[in-house]
Amino acid sequence: MNPFQYTRPATQKTALAEIGKGNSAFLAGGTNLLDLMKAGVASPEKLVDINNLPMAGVEKTLTGLRIGALAKNSTVADHELIRKNQPLLSLAFQAGASPQLRNMATVGGNMMQRTRCGYFYDTTMPCNKRQPGTGCAAIGGYNRMHAIFGTSDKCIAVHPSDMCVALVALDAIVVVAGSKGERKIPFGDFHRLPGDIPEKDNTLQKGELIIAVDIPDNNLGQHVHYLKIRDRTSYAFALVSVAAALQLDGNTIKEVRLAMGGVAHKPWRLAEAEKFLKGKTAAEANFKQAATLAMKGAKSFGENDFKLTMAPNAIVEALSRAAG
Amino acid sequence: MAENCKPASLATLPENPRRTFLKQSSLLAALAFTPAAFINAGGGGEEIATTLEKMPLQVEINGVAHQLQLDSRVTLLDLLREELDLTGTKKGCDHGQCGACTVHINGVRVNSCLTLALTTEGKKVTTIEGLADGNKLHPMQDAFIKFDGFQCGYCTPGQIMSAVACVREGHAETPDQIREYMSGNICRCGAYSNIVDAIVAAKQGGHTI
Repeated sequence: MNPFQYTRPATQKTALAEIGKGNSAFLAGGTNLLDLMKAGVASPEKLVDINNLPMAGVEKTLTGLRIGALAKNSTVADHELIRKNQPLLSLAFQAGASPQLRNMATVGGNMMQRTRCGYFYDTTMPCNKRQPGTGCAAIGGYNRMHAIFGTSDKCIAVHPSDMCVALVALDAIVVVAGSKGERKIPFGDFHRLPGDIPEKDNTLQKGELIIAVDIPDNNLGQHVHYLKIRDRTSYAFALVSVAAALQLDGNTIKEVRLAMGGVAHKPWRLAEAEKFLKGKTAAEANFKQAATLAMKGAKSFGENDFKLTMAPNAIVEALSRAAG
Repeated sequence: MAENCKPASLATLPENPRRTFLKQSSLLAALAFTPAAFINAGGGGEEIATTLEKMPLQVEINGVAHQLQLDSRVTLLDLLREELDLTGTKKGCDHGQCGACTVHINGVRVNSCLTLALTTEGKKVTTIEGLADGNKLHPMQDAFIKFDGFQCGYCTPGQIMSAVACVREGHAETPDQIREYMSGNICRCGAYSNIVDAIVAAKQGGHTI
């Protein structure tokens, strides 16, 4: 690990002032950043430890819930307000990482985690995300875990988060602070597709700090399911995951939210499938049609061909369990 | 541990003021990318070490208050093992994937390999060495012995620290729940079924966990 300076500011203002200078990074839970630093993938000259900033709470607002960026994954998963009002998010958290990591990892840090593509971590291999212009070793390489939607010829990595899949489905809003004040980013616009600049995971500007995530009130507390398919029963990244939330009137779908993980460079919202399902009955035939719509444009890369079958099946399964 | 047995004894380096560090930081960055042979050829190996900034840390470990001066890169795991001779906490993967390094910080189980020591300022750390009451083993330790919850034993300190937290969190209500909430601790010998039995027994044993 390269040497770095360490600071622990007590206020947001100081934190923003500290980060502005040079090659620096905010440190929250550190579960991904420290790992990347050990691997030589990240080498900040300064870490700004933000853990003393007062933004770790979960609270009710006039329009929904606000989760502080420093709230631990385990705290949010078990929080009464989340379990009662946004159980989909609770389920997604419980499907992610291990109990120890969930005790460390924060909501803001979860959003900022990098891909787990093996080539991104292996500094002896080409990777456009780690070292722009060197090529993508995953295309034509070991790509079993990789994306089937929104890829580019520069990068086919996936975003590894479960939390983000639920948050994009729940129309969450990211609140960030910078030297010019605060701004809000719809969750679906926070992460980006690789395109020609795969080194850029998201739309956060340099020097900006995530301070909270807002979840607007909804009626999606009754029929939810987070289906995560992985190589072992627990503690593994998703091959494919599906967040499904339904509001039912009898057997009619009044409102539906669908998103997938493990399939794209960002949490992948299934807007067309949602549009199709709205007003339809919660029946397997409709779920299958929705899954077919969701798979439009999917493209696999050899080792991940199985995802073209697994993904639609997972959508049908998640919807069936949510409705059941 | 003898001084000459500390290959990376970053905690005991001479102190250097922040100003000096800032002046030297660009030099450090350059040196960090320089092949080791080149640095040695310049006779600078020692000098690199002395230019690292040390930071103060106050932390309570197993009830003992420590005042330390640390290189910012030292993880809690390395502090415990390399500097404080608390070698019960094991280094398995060093990447947060195996759980062998599990300790409690303010009663919460974490991976010490992914915890920078400096982030434990003012906190209370409990390791496997701090679990027993004098010579009397903790009920979870007794249960692991009674139910043979290990073979080689390397993952065991992490398993036990995780198991104690698992029960205290209320996540040990059923064997299935125990399996899920112990999934962050890998055992290559495959003692899993006995580990689950030990946790069930410890929880039902009538002792405070």
